[in-house]
Amino acid sequence: MRHHIILRVVSKLLIPFIMLFALYVQFHGDYGPGGGFQAGVIFAAAIVLYTMIFGFEAARRVATSDLVQALGALGLLLYAGTGLASLFLGGNFLDYDVLLSDPLHGQHLGICLIEFGVGVTVAAVMTSAFFCFVGRSRP
Amino acid sequence: MIELINVLLLAFMAVLAIAIARLRNLFAALMLSSFFSILCAAVFLVLDAVDVAFTEAAVGAGIATVLGLATLILTSAEERPPPSRSWLPLLVVLATGAALVYGTLDMPHYGDPNAPVHQHVARHYIENTPTEVDVPNLVTAVLASYRGYDTLGEVTVIFTAGTGLALLIGGRRRRGPGERHP
Repeated sequence: MRHHIILRVVSKLLIPFIMLFALYVQFHGDYGPGGGFQAGVIFAAAIVLYTMIFGFEAARRVATSDLVQALGALGLLLYAGTGLASLFLGGNFLDYDVLLSDPLHGQHLGICLIEFGVGVTVAAVMTSAFFCFVGRSRP
Repeated sequence: MIELINVLLLAFMAVLAIAIARLRNLFAALMLSSFFSILCAAVFLVLDAVDVAFTEAAVGAGIATVLGLATLILTSAEERPPPSRSWLPLLVVLATGAALVYGTLDMPHYGDPNAPVHQHVARHYIENTPTEVDVPNLVTAVLASYRGYDTLGEVTVIFTAGTGLALLIGGRRRRGPGERHP
């Protein structure tokens, strides 16, 4: 992809905005369409675009296979950990009312935390899947 | 007007589906299936299911196409012609489709508030979300709070699929001939 200068320049311009949009979808999911799942996929799309244009080696310098696999587990742990936290604070599993003194604030915090967990896991797993294929296709 | 849009979108999807089934070039079929996903997202948008449309556009048209392209690099971009042409698959598909269409005749109309599916917990969610969860997007309230248990399961499925894929074709740690798996 060394000679595709238009693709390189345009994607270099676009990738920050794609990532910003992913974060917007992530944290605005309570108010508009979107949420962790969509945000994770959009974020992974930015990394995939970068990998396709600038090569696997450049992408691996930022996101190694070990890192994305660990992040996939971390997101799931954050989700389950939020559930366990509400369990230890005296509520049911994933009952966010008890997370903070005000039940509605607890709900907001709980939803924010688990949506973030979903986003991290989805982004990491999609990136890891793409890396698996790309790593396989080069000898 | 909305009926016209629906008919147009569904007609496009049908044409695309037939084209995908007839194509032997897998690269072209993959591009058309990406376009099919975009049309699918448009149909969801017309049905007011914005969150589903968003997911379909991002996953179906985006990531799934990229993973398909990556698969084509590993395999071949041309499908082998089938050894023999048989009418049996077409008959099976037509019979199944006819049975499904026959099944929809008994279903309640789209958006019918008296449909059985709206009689169970949906009313509770719609009436109590402002006081119990206080999130403007009802879909998020249902997915993340009321049905948080299901979403945890979904995320676990995604994580398991990713881990399985990494174990199957990640292939970083090659064992030498002397090493054995315990």
